[in-house]
Amino acid sequence: MSFNREQVPSWRRGYRFQFEPAQNGHVLLYPEGMIKLNESASAIGGLIDGQRSVGAIIALLDEKFPGVSELGTDVEQFMEVARAELWIEFA
Amino acid sequence: MQNSGSNLPDSVNTPSDIYIPPTPPVGLPLWLLAELTYRCPLQCPYCSNPLDFAKQGQELTTEQWFKVMAEARQMGAAQIGFSGGEPLVRQDLAELIAEARRLGFYTNLITSGIGLTEQKIIDFKEAGLDHIQISFQASDEQVNNMLAGSKKAFAQKLEMARAVKKHGYPMVLNFVTHRHNIDKIDKIIELCVALEADFVELATCQFYGWAHLNRVGLLPTKDQLVRAERITNEYRVKLAAENHPVKLIFVTPDYYEERPKACMNGWGNLFLTVTPDGTALPCHGARQMPIQFPNVRDHTMQHIWYESFGFNRFRGYEWMPEPCRSCDEKEKDFGGCRCQAFMLTGNASNTDPVCSKSPQHHLITQARDEAEYASQTIEQLAFRNERNSRLIAKS
Repeated sequence: MSFNREQVPSWRRGYRFQFEPAQNGHVLLYPEGMIKLNESASAIGGLIDGQRSVGAIIALLDEKFPGVSELGTDVEQFMEVARAELWIEFA
Repeated sequence: MQNSGSNLPDSVNTPSDIYIPPTPPVGLPLWLLAELTYRCPLQCPYCSNPLDFAKQGQELTTEQWFKVMAEARQMGAAQIGFSGGEPLVRQDLAELIAEARRLGFYTNLITSGIGLTEQKIIDFKEAGLDHIQISFQASDEQVNNMLAGSKKAFAQKLEMARAVKKHGYPMVLNFVTHRHNIDKIDKIIELCVALEADFVELATCQFYGWAHLNRVGLLPTKDQLVRAERITNEYRVKLAAENHPVKLIFVTPDYYEERPKACMNGWGNLFLTVTPDGTALPCHGARQMPIQFPNVRDHTMQHIWYESFGFNRFRGYEWMPEPCRSCDEKEKDFGGCRCQAFMLTGNASNTDPVCSKSPQHHLITQARDEAEYASQTIEQLAFRNERNSRLIAKS
């Protein structure tokens, strides 16, 4: 089944993505919990704003990191995981 | 500088063939629990507050809390929980929330819902509150109110739970379960689903503070617990099949385990509690220990976390006596809970008696046996109120 890149992801209510200086990295905060994100998840997460579609996020990352193969698939995979974990919702 | 000494037994002699791992680097205090007050309109007999809360010192001022929050945030604290007592009785709660959020904390309000109004829910949202957790005592009005020691508690909680959801917060409902309500776990889960909770904590009583005092009247039997966990699992399957986003979190009491919990993920490793009078603790149950813990009025958070005697007392592995000392699981569970070891054995360095390797494990198995024939009613429990606190603290 192909992934619909028209979908617009937004963080689920109560979930907040932010940079933590003390951890020198991005985290996802939610009620009484925290997930530390790796570099690629942070780059994707930073572009989720409830406005951009998955396709737009891929295009922006492609500009920023030209020549990365499988970039589109990586972003799709992140979105699948994030949705399964209920971190994001699609509009 | 205030003395932060201890009368606990000191380090143990080690036969040279036992490998004691080096003390790992100190973790960041990611979690700050701000116990704003011990005042509370409810009287739950399983409250984790200390028995002698009535004789604790003066509450910290708004400015003192601002300093605590700023220093902890600087050191990496990311989550803050406003708790108590009932934090809503603090008139400066909205100010504290706003400052915490300005500093970048994820802000959690942990409340009974008593004293909450829709206007406050709106005001807190504007101040930047991220999440409100409402605790319930039971799924039906009568038992809830009896446990809470208040006739109006249940209706108020339902109304506030609905308002929390309406104003765009994630909703976490917390049910403390015990022998008097755990058999209604199906009703509890259904109530939470009806209220559209995002997370539901089904937390079996942990036996500290007032809950320890009332343990015989609260500890469920093994059969009760097994049944409740089975029903919870059945609901998980059913809700998942309906694509329902609610997450059920089932917390078992360690009294039915054979290995202790890795309490607080290690002493002074992640979790920092500041109590109403400014005493800083590595866990909210630690106040009763014979250790003089540092106070935020006298010391910086940096000193408290990294240098104070109390926060270093059980870091690493050097302090461990047998059977923990030579145990190959010590890096997994750190010997369990120091507060529980102290409460049950009188020595905070001992192996948590939950562990079947503990020479005092019989204390746990006896409690399990007692649960089989305990006959205390809810009315017979010692309710957490000022009068009882003064009586108990005196005796």
